[in-house]
Amino acid sequence: MPANPQLNANGELQHLLSIEGLPREILVQILNTAESFAGVTEREVKKVPLMRGKSVFNLFFEASTRTRTTFEIAAKRLSADVINLNVAVSSQSKGESLLDTVANLSAMQADVFVVRHASSGAPYLIARHVKPHEHVVNAGDGRHAHPTQGLLDLYTIRHYKKDFSRLIVAVVGDVLHSRVARSLIHGLTTLGVPEVRVIGPQTLMPAGVEALGVRVFHDMRAGLKDCDVVVMLRLQNERMSGPLLPSAQEFFKNFGLTADKLALARPDAIVMHPGPMNRGVEIDSPVADGPHSVILPQVTFGIAVRMAVMSIVAGN
Amino acid sequence: MKLLIKGGRVVDPASGRDEVGDVFVSEGRVVNSYKDKPEKTIDAKGLVVAPGLIDLAARLREPGQEYKATLESEMDAAVAGGVTSLACPPDTHPPLDEPGLVDMLRRRAKALSRARVYPVGALTVKLKGERLTEMSVLADAGCVAFSQANVPITDTQVLWRAMQYAATFGFPVWLRAEDRWLAGDGVAHDGEVATRLGLPGIPPFAESIALAVALHLVRSTGTRTHFCRLSTAVAVDMIRAAKQEGLPVSCDVAIHHVHLCELDLGYYDSSCRLEPPLRSQRDRDALAAGLADGTIDCAVSDHTPVDDNQKQLPFAEAEPGATGLELLLPLVLKWGAARKLPLARTLARVTSDAARVLGVRSGRIEAGAPADLVLFDPLESWRVVPAALRSQGKNTPFIGYDMPGRVRTTIVAGNVVWQA
Repeated sequence: MPANPQLNANGELQHLLSIEGLPREILVQILNTAESFAGVTEREVKKVPLMRGKSVFNLFFEASTRTRTTFEIAAKRLSADVINLNVAVSSQSKGESLLDTVANLSAMQADVFVVRHASSGAPYLIARHVKPHEHVVNAGDGRHAHPTQGLLDLYTIRHYKKDFSRLIVAVVGDVLHSRVARSLIHGLTTLGVPEVRVIGPQTLMPAGVEALGVRVFHDMRAGLKDCDVVVMLRLQNERMSGPLLPSAQEFFKNFGLTADKLALARPDAIVMHPGPMNRGVEIDSPVADGPHSVILPQVTFGIAVRMAVMSIVAGN
Repeated sequence: MKLLIKGGRVVDPASGRDEVGDVFVSEGRVVNSYKDKPEKTIDAKGLVVAPGLIDLAARLREPGQEYKATLESEMDAAVAGGVTSLACPPDTHPPLDEPGLVDMLRRRAKALSRARVYPVGALTVKLKGERLTEMSVLADAGCVAFSQANVPITDTQVLWRAMQYAATFGFPVWLRAEDRWLAGDGVAHDGEVATRLGLPGIPPFAESIALAVALHLVRSTGTRTHFCRLSTAVAVDMIRAAKQEGLPVSCDVAIHHVHLCELDLGYYDSSCRLEPPLRSQRDRDALAAGLADGTIDCAVSDHTPVDDNQKQLPFAEAEPGATGLELLLPLVLKWGAARKLPLARTLARVTSDAARVLGVRSGRIEAGAPADLVLFDPLESWRVVPAALRSQGKNTPFIGYDMPGRVRTTIVAGNVVWQA
């Protein structure tokens, strides 16, 4: 296996491509840095000058509103210049190759590329070809990874639960197609969570998922028992009926989070969702809006976490 | 023209001969000896003298994809790698489904006078799996077998009829066993690595299910069938059983799959984007063992030149395939050495056994056989770098590796076609 492409020669974070393979210290460094930024976002002047004069290119080969916006806010709060490129409808549709697009943007003096791409591994390809002073932050690639989402999930869990070492965390739904699930699972196991569970039908579990260090449950009630954290995954519309599932209704019946199922978890359990939610498919509205839900704080924390990631890579 | 190859270690896999000696060549054929003085003598001291390699799968990219490779570049690569005969799959553009295309390919190849080229014709028109090609016309034009390359026939009725029709004339059918529905949009072995990398997977039973279907059809039709590019341990077991049963089957493995497995994908190394996908370590070990015990008849290069533009892409989007003609001999030697096989048995899988599948007289060193020979230094190692490759395809998972076995001279029909 070649050297970890995310780290520079000093073992510091050069690019953020995946949570897998990152040492615990770096994850903790990101979470601590994010914590220090959390205050900034509550100040009247919500800016720090850490990335003044630097350029952040938001390079979204796949449509996204929420993630792109939070990256943009995070970069602006770091005083960086932000350039948003909706590549899905520009050069790529004219036949320009991914690496040519990146080379052209690189010629415009970028410091950080925030990349989202429908193909797993695309940010690795870009990271292999950028200049040494340029940094790549993966904002979601195919089914592979969404590391800043994983980190904000970790941040949220730490915020509410303080200690990772005694938790039971369940990730529920479409694990097969979920980059969010993969990133969070790697983060949880790296930070020492003793039990990570995945819950869903066999059709939505990737082959050999146990090798990621998780316990697999097909019965949601059994899987939720005594959980401290419940993470619901988004089910894409196009997968709700077909060869993987019969219908959204049947999915909700078996794997949707309702108040009575949640009652099987610990009384102080928190409920998370990366958004956007399908109410009545993976989560019942009373739960999404209820006292256990930390879904909106997740969004807020996401800005601090993305500030932390960008300031750390840009400083290395 | 009389040629004498003097003092080399003569290895003939067909007979098991392995001794220092001379090889006499006259009028393009190996002869026992001759009285008069040879017109040319090659000193083979310290070199292995073996039959030239027969590669059952090498894409030359002609016609249609000359920007990826040309017949010139790939025929150079063949003889530089000691390959003196090669079969090319029908997945050219357009596919080899018309006699004119086959004829042109053979003429072009012949004019270059390097390796012998054996076209494999398309089993169905445009490889679409719908209508049969004119197999007997294509056979007249020079096709040695009929195949779907990497495009499986999804309609089992068509597959059945195609095999029946081929059997009518005794034509062999070469199939790669893959259930297209199960393979879906997969690009990697459906296992731990694909799960970690988030790549759509191809389950191993995509191969064994299609193989089971095809074996049933072989049983019913009696079609002489060669299964291409086995990738799973289960398939090796199935072929072993089919041979024990007496079915007229043979099979091959791409040399990559004997050495590499899913772990070699690393961080999305697109040079490991291959068809079929690299599978688990267990599968790889079963393939290497099956090749050693003869269940798998041959190793092939599965040579597929791909240009950099098509490889410098995210893994799933990258074009499958790797260059291989110049790596077949070293990689077979590496496999044989790792399994401690005698050199004659090692080389059999790329010479005499391949000749048997192809139905040709080459692949052996005996009186009357075509003088297709390779002389190589078994001790000299070389490093795989793009500049060292004659092929226009520079993409291989083995870039940076040191390879054993340096080809010194390649001879086809008694003519020296390559000299290092």
